Amino acid sequence: MATYSTNEFKAGLKLLLDGDPQAIVENEFVKPGKGQAFSRVKLRNLRTGRVLEKTFKSGESVEAADVMDTEMQYLYNDGEFWHFMVPDTFEQYAVGEAALGDSGQWLKEQDICTVTLWNGEPLSVVPPSFTELKITQCDPGLRGDTAQGGTKPATLESGAVVKVPLFVEEGETVKVDTRNGEYVSRV
Amino acid sequence: MTDWRPGAAPARAARARLLAGLRAFFAARGVLEVETPILSRGAPQDPMLESWEAQAPGGERGYLQTSPEYPMKRLLADGAPDIYQIARVFRGGESGPRHNPEFTLLEWYRLGLDHHALAREVVALIADQAAQSPDWHAPRGCEAIAYADLFRSTLGVDPAETNAAELERVAGDHGLVIRGGLDRDGWLDALISLVIAPGFPPDRLTILFDYPESQAVLARPCADRPGYAARFELYWGDLELANGYHELTDPAVFRQRRERDIAQRRARGQPLPPVDDHLEAALESGLPDCAGVALGVDRLLMRLLGVSRIDQVIDFRWA
Repeated sequence: MATYSTNEFKAGLKLLLDGDPQAIVENEFVKPGKGQAFSRVKLRNLRTGRVLEKTFKSGESVEAADVMDTEMQYLYNDGEFWHFMVPDTFEQYAVGEAALGDSGQWLKEQDICTVTLWNGEPLSVVPPSFTELKITQCDPGLRGDTAQGGTKPATLESGAVVKVPLFVEEGETVKVDTRNGEYVSRV
Repeated sequence: MTDWRPGAAPARAARARLLAGLRAFFAARGVLEVETPILSRGAPQDPMLESWEAQAPGGERGYLQTSPEYPMKRLLADGAPDIYQIARVFRGGESGPRHNPEFTLLEWYRLGLDHHALAREVVALIADQAAQSPDWHAPRGCEAIAYADLFRSTLGVDPAETNAAELERVAGDHGLVIRGGLDRDGWLDALISLVIAPGFPPDRLTILFDYPESQAVLARPCADRPGYAARFELYWGDLELANGYHELTDPAVFRQRRERDIAQRRARGQPLPPVDDHLEAALESGLPDCAGVALGVDRLLMRLLGVSRIDQVIDFRWA
């Protein structure tokens, strides 16, 4: 069983606390000059997404959470679960809505995503940073508006809504940055 | 590429100005600047401070100072007048937004003063430095309060008569839960650092005086307050800046506390560096009645400049 001592604490470290995997968001060292040292830690519960603050006496050890990032291909959605497969082993995982979070709006079949597993259970999904999706609905743009830099909302085939320039039309495919949800270019 | 750039350019000139201002303050008051070694053969046994160990290729071993206290007291026992030093000190494992393992400590000793009088001089020093530049922040007001009174007024408990379990419950009432067992002093430290000090008004100086005897370190027992020691700390807002004592001069009490520290280190499995017995011998020979204080120069600079992280005032941060 791997453990981490408070002096190894840093942002990103994953710990098992209260039965849940939790990632350190922020770690602050607090100590009176002549007194006991403490670590004030902000933790994100990787199952619930909730952020909590906890205080540790310096020198305490905490069990490491067995959390692993794995590249997987998105296969399909059966209405309740989103199914992913590890390309090398054909191993399949079903991801529920809670773990998928906002990532679902970017998913297109065949995409390679990063799925975070904890003891074999999917905790979260990160879609590719850039993805190309077809516009299924948007208002027609006005001719001559290309120079103004105005935008309009467009609904993509995956369900996401992004702001696109006025000259982009329904039925076209656009490249989007999934990290900030911004339009990049026409494809 | 390696990030070579020093990190505190905006504070560089202010640091030089502060160092010059501190030296001018002591020159005007006739306090002598001294230098003592950074490297010594032994180290203090205080369980709350870890010394950095240094080793030469030939196997010679030494310790980097956690403060210049021991040699400065030997100077006083040797007949030196009022003295000060701006020293580089090193503390193992101390790194964070308000800590760097290497930092600058201003330490000074005044013959014939007690901890109350010395605390007033610290306040005067801060006001004097803050007046150096119209761009610098100055504290607004100062409040002195006894450690016991602060606990009574803010938490409703008497620190001398409350055990660890009761302090843990009080902490819980204030939303503070800590993983890892703490003894009574551990809980007192937690309550000060994490519950009480964060509530100090941001611009005010707070002098906290007369600490529980278990936290006396090298302060003499209080004559007028049994169970407490003549120690003070000074905060600017919630930031601890200085720690001072009406100095312990009794070698027998010094030995008792050292034994207690060594026993604690042993019980907690902490390193046991060799004892430096020169200070004990100096106390036997006679330390004059005096008060001493150590003030974190980097932290004072943080407050004067109104910045919140120590790496904003230290160009070469240990990382």
